[in-house]
Amino acid sequence: MGESDHIVAEAAEKILADLADPQTVNSAKDDSWKAKLWSALEENGLTLPWVAENRGGSGASLAEGFEVLTAAGKFALAVPLAETMLAGWLLSQADIASPVGAMSVAPTHPKDKIALNLDGTLSGRARNVPFAREAQHFALLAQGPKGTSIALVKASNCRRDEDVNLAGEPLDSLILDKVSPDKIAPAPKGFDQTALMLMGGVVRSLQIAGALQTMLDRTVTYANERTAFERKISRFQAVQHNLARLAGEVAAATAAAGSAADTLSGAPAFDDDATYLEATAAKIRCAEAAGTGSAIAHQVHGAIGFTEEHVLHRFTLRALGWRDDFGNESYWAVELGNRISARGADDLWPLVASR
Amino acid sequence: MSSALTFDPIRLPETCQILRREARAFLAEEIAKGTFDPNNPRRAEESAHAKEFAKRVAAKGWIGMTWPKKYGGRERSFLERYVLTEEFRVANAPTRIYFTADRQSGPTIIRYGTETIKQDILPRIVKGEISFCIGMSEPGSGSDLFAAKTKATKVDGGYLINGTKIWTSNAHQSDYMIGLFRTSAPTKENRRHGLTNFVVDMKTKGITCNQIRQMSGQREFNEVVFQDAFIGDDYVLGEIDGAWKQATTELAYERSGPERFLETYYVLTELVRALGPKPDTRAAEGVGRLVAQLHTMRRMSVSVAGMLEAGKEPVVESSIVKDIGTLWEQDLPSKVRTLSAFIEQDPGNQPPLAKRLAYATKVAPKLTIQGGTTEVLRGIIARGLGLR
Repeated sequence: MGESDHIVAEAAEKILADLADPQTVNSAKDDSWKAKLWSALEENGLTLPWVAENRGGSGASLAEGFEVLTAAGKFALAVPLAETMLAGWLLSQADIASPVGAMSVAPTHPKDKIALNLDGTLSGRARNVPFAREAQHFALLAQGPKGTSIALVKASNCRRDEDVNLAGEPLDSLILDKVSPDKIAPAPKGFDQTALMLMGGVVRSLQIAGALQTMLDRTVTYANERTAFERKISRFQAVQHNLARLAGEVAAATAAAGSAADTLSGAPAFDDDATYLEATAAKIRCAEAAGTGSAIAHQVHGAIGFTEEHVLHRFTLRALGWRDDFGNESYWAVELGNRISARGADDLWPLVASR
Repeated sequence: MSSALTFDPIRLPETCQILRREARAFLAEEIAKGTFDPNNPRRAEESAHAKEFAKRVAAKGWIGMTWPKKYGGRERSFLERYVLTEEFRVANAPTRIYFTADRQSGPTIIRYGTETIKQDILPRIVKGEISFCIGMSEPGSGSDLFAAKTKATKVDGGYLINGTKIWTSNAHQSDYMIGLFRTSAPTKENRRHGLTNFVVDMKTKGITCNQIRQMSGQREFNEVVFQDAFIGDDYVLGEIDGAWKQATTELAYERSGPERFLETYYVLTELVRALGPKPDTRAAEGVGRLVAQLHTMRRMSVSVAGMLEAGKEPVVESSIVKDIGTLWEQDLPSKVRTLSAFIEQDPGNQPPLAKRLAYATKVAPKLTIQGGTTEVLRGIIARGLGLR
């Protein structure tokens, strides 16, 4: 990665620092900050980086988009940026142009299926679609008699069962009852629901890693400022060791997510064992880091970090919630374990060493 | 703003993959010859053929491979060395006899030794002719390195050493030691002042090695007693009384390699073998998690090797890799035991997994103690985060 590769991420971070500061957002009396933020993101081509310019996007690279996602995690971003990016990416696989505005993507659960009916409509139920009620469109993966298709549908044509995730963000179930898509096209050969789940998993891994980085920074700052027993709590070995453990989890998440993003940036086949290992390992390890890391961050902060007014929960609850999107870590661990076992013991090391 | 921990996704270049294939071919040959048994880690590390093996490894140019050519090295990259280290470790090759010299003693001598010492010692390490041990811990001091008391008294032409080092791995079969001895009392301003590193010829009169058995059945530990053992001035490494300045770099080299999380790896391979191609969900999940963790640690470790190659000193990052790695390899036997609990055992001889698990379980306690305890590592990380 060269120096110039970070321009997109730097632009994103500047906008987020100006318009999505977590403390400001946390204290906001209403949602008016969302529109301002979204406009800025859209104007700067950050909502559709993985969509070609002649299809409505800004034509950035996969690597650049991945960096934006880490930034989104660092700021605990509470608007559907990741979801819109992912939707744009999905539509682009079938060369479908992306509309303006917020989008989300479905299915987000490995076992959910949206069916393409013979009459060309779509039916099915997709659980846990992030920000569904804030989206204008959905990018969908559907299964029909002739194989897999990718579709663009209007959000207003879909019914919703509303719910929220751990962070209180919309996480609605979509119910499609013979919905006519705006656009539909076959998915490229070899592109299936696993590909969407793995890509979504890497997106969430990067967000988790970003959130953990902020958790570490804020927790170190807090420990260096807070006094107890006539000294800063950062002087206590128990606190230092907890923070060392948190740093370890941040490091692991950063490395795993970064490695997976780097792998996918080379546009390999999702079904390739090496790609599979990278993407699933990132989701598994980042989910584990989210659990361990969030607990440590809260422990060091004490009671104040448990309040709604304090920003810490914005990071910890998002990181914990993101574990469940696009297949939780238990699901992927079973899938990866099965794949490893099928290859056999003597192939385990060669696979790991190939990365 | 940020504590800025970087773990760039370094990829091993093609030269490394070529080297990897060479290494695998070499190891296969050695196994076929009966030099060591890859399926028996305990026996393998004590192979009677270790010395000859070292010479053949040296003949390939694989000892001291990153060192300057003028001392016999090949000036190859840390990433290439990384590949060799992990392949040899996974094969359970008997590298113990040259590993310390290759990994840390040689680099220390390159950095701090006199030209005479460098010319005398480095080529012999590179040829696989000599081995090193590390004399730091004493009965009264381990983690507290700078509380060492073994004295180096100045005499004409050198120093007389008196005192005892302990837990000195492989001292009984080492030609040299890098020894940390007290040349002056600590000062009020700096409690770490007063210790000096020396190259010690283990054949010197006045040095006695007493082997100490370990609960694992390994026989690495020694008590090394010094009674008026003479070391010449030429054998001082770096600044007299200033060993504390040297610690950091050496530790970055030492802390983050693949040997820090692969020491019990063989139980994972055996678990996958014993589970067969269709494990139940519980076992599959366990294997998946372990492989995800292993892959992540390896990516972190390669990243640190990349930083070392680029001339950086990633002290915090390498301490993190060792902290996570040693805890993982220590816990691996226990996790594998849990996951193998319902495997149908063949009646008769104790199956390979059970044997490997027993050995790994007995080795496990030392893994978070050797080369820097978890508690010390976490202190280093904390300092790096700006907490001290």
